[in-house]
Amino acid sequence: MIHKRVLFGGRGLPVALLVPQLAIILVFFFWPAGQAVFQAFHLSDPFGRHFEYVGLENFRRLFASPEYYGSLRATAVFSAATALLSLAAGLALAAFVDHVRRGRSVYKSLIIWPYAVAPVLAGVLWLFLFHPIYGVLAFALQRVGVGWNPLLESGQAMALVVLAAAWKQISYNFVFFLAGLQAIPRSVIEAAAIDGAGPLHRFRTIVLPLLTPTTFFLLVINLVYAFFDTFGIIHAVTHGGPGGATNILVYKVYADGFVGQDLGSSSAQSIVLMAIVIGLTVLQFRFLERKVHYG
Amino acid sequence: MIERNPVLSLIAHALLLLGVASICFPLYYAFVGATLPIADVLQVPMPLWPGDRLGENVAAAWDRGAFGRQLVNSAIMATVIAAGKIAISLLSAFAITYFRFPFRVAAFWAIFVTLMLPIEVRIVPTYEVAANALAPLAWLAEASGLDALLGGRLVARLEWSLLDSYVGLTLPLIASATATFLFRQFFLTVPDDLAEAAKIDGAGPLRFFRDVLLPLSTTNVAALAVILFVFGWNQYLWPLLITTDPSMTTVVVGVARLIPGPEPQPAWNVAMAGGLIALAPPVLVVLLLQHWFVKGLVDTEK
Repeated sequence: MIHKRVLFGGRGLPVALLVPQLAIILVFFFWPAGQAVFQAFHLSDPFGRHFEYVGLENFRRLFASPEYYGSLRATAVFSAATALLSLAAGLALAAFVDHVRRGRSVYKSLIIWPYAVAPVLAGVLWLFLFHPIYGVLAFALQRVGVGWNPLLESGQAMALVVLAAAWKQISYNFVFFLAGLQAIPRSVIEAAAIDGAGPLHRFRTIVLPLLTPTTFFLLVINLVYAFFDTFGIIHAVTHGGPGGATNILVYKVYADGFVGQDLGSSSAQSIVLMAIVIGLTVLQFRFLERKVHYG
Repeated sequence: MIERNPVLSLIAHALLLLGVASICFPLYYAFVGATLPIADVLQVPMPLWPGDRLGENVAAAWDRGAFGRQLVNSAIMATVIAAGKIAISLLSAFAITYFRFPFRVAAFWAIFVTLMLPIEVRIVPTYEVAANALAPLAWLAEASGLDALLGGRLVARLEWSLLDSYVGLTLPLIASATATFLFRQFFLTVPDDLAEAAKIDGAGPLRFFRDVLLPLSTTNVAALAVILFVFGWNQYLWPLLITTDPSMTTVVVGVARLIPGPEPQPAWNVAMAGGLIALAPPVLVVLLLQHWFVKGLVDTEK
């Protein structure tokens, strides 16, 4: 850790300053996390009063259940599609805004606002747009012969939640890509232009490689977003259905814990999710260091 | 010199307009829906030009449940979470940066680790703690034998439910590793001469914090406040779980309950009117404080 040279004396004061944060962390983070670990290795009666140690039984049951694999698969498809779609759209919009001279601030405002929309409301907006009976885009799809019904068709349900989730995240990627584009030295682009490289060629061979650190960093952030911040979208649009097609991990943890009241399984799922967050956080810091190196 | 190709600029503008239109269309469609009478909103396809029933639909949404109260709840929740996170993070960062004391590094890591425990991951046990925030103390009393010593009356007393309360809506979400790091990073860039001068002038640590560090931190605080306000306002899973009383929940949860199911006359116009009200405050905050928002977004990921 980096240190300050000039310090204040005293031991009581700094501890007192830390108490509010540490108390909250202890009660609302570490205690529940400890409980999750405890419950993951125990079986409880329906009232949660008596616990029996069962070792890895909860995990064995979890990984033996086809629903959990279904949920893992749905999460993989959902997060990969959401990340790719919102990254591509964010990059394209940032590149165009960086290119144009007029109307930049108007474009920026019109692109960033969805960041402020709650995921569940994003879900509501897109559900209305694609509602099989009343939605105008559903109507358009049915006109061209697509049997559109995301409430019954699993692939269409997935497409709809991906659209809603990606739409909300475009603004985030846009902000970071635009910052990344504006940090590229003009001289590099000019040199390439003088050498006769056209705009598309320059974008592919100079701009994109220079954006790699930003892109990797955003990829991790987008995966974290798709994994953990999209509960509201699923809850509003599909409730994990149809037939578990959009039952992503965070939704399943909620459904099993609160609706199904299966504490052991829900806790084991929590542990798996914690492992995923730890993995993603480590990745994030790796790429963050990389980013510093590239400048 | 980079060539300016007018055709290319035209294409860029055209594609931007297309992109912006696709991004804004869901909001426009919701707005149109919110202005139509029920017969029009259920027409297939729905008209794409606004009607004149916005007032009625807003009033209808307002009457369902406790919309006005829920708006106030959301405002309280977002403000308290933003202010609380900033306050306790400023204090923690100050303690960690400007003092040497035992367990300093341990405290730093304890805060850091919370990054890896988002609420969605530990939702069931966190709900249990909210049902009785003194459960850790009760466990301690039982495990240490203190309870048996007092004839088993202590544990029964250690009950503090946060369900259906403002404390429950805000307190569990107030810890912030991100904000603590941001302020720590910032404090590290504050020249040591300032603290030196303050010490020579006889100012104590709290005086230095209040008169020097806080004024220097205002830009960071402003940027963070925008992000955290949006974060607090848009919470969904947590208020959904810990509130059962409609007048204690947030407007976002309230609007989600307006989504029509398979019913003969689904009131999508009312749902959309409610949706617009619920999303307007954070969207306006981001648009009006755009400069701070972008700074906050970039800062919090450093």
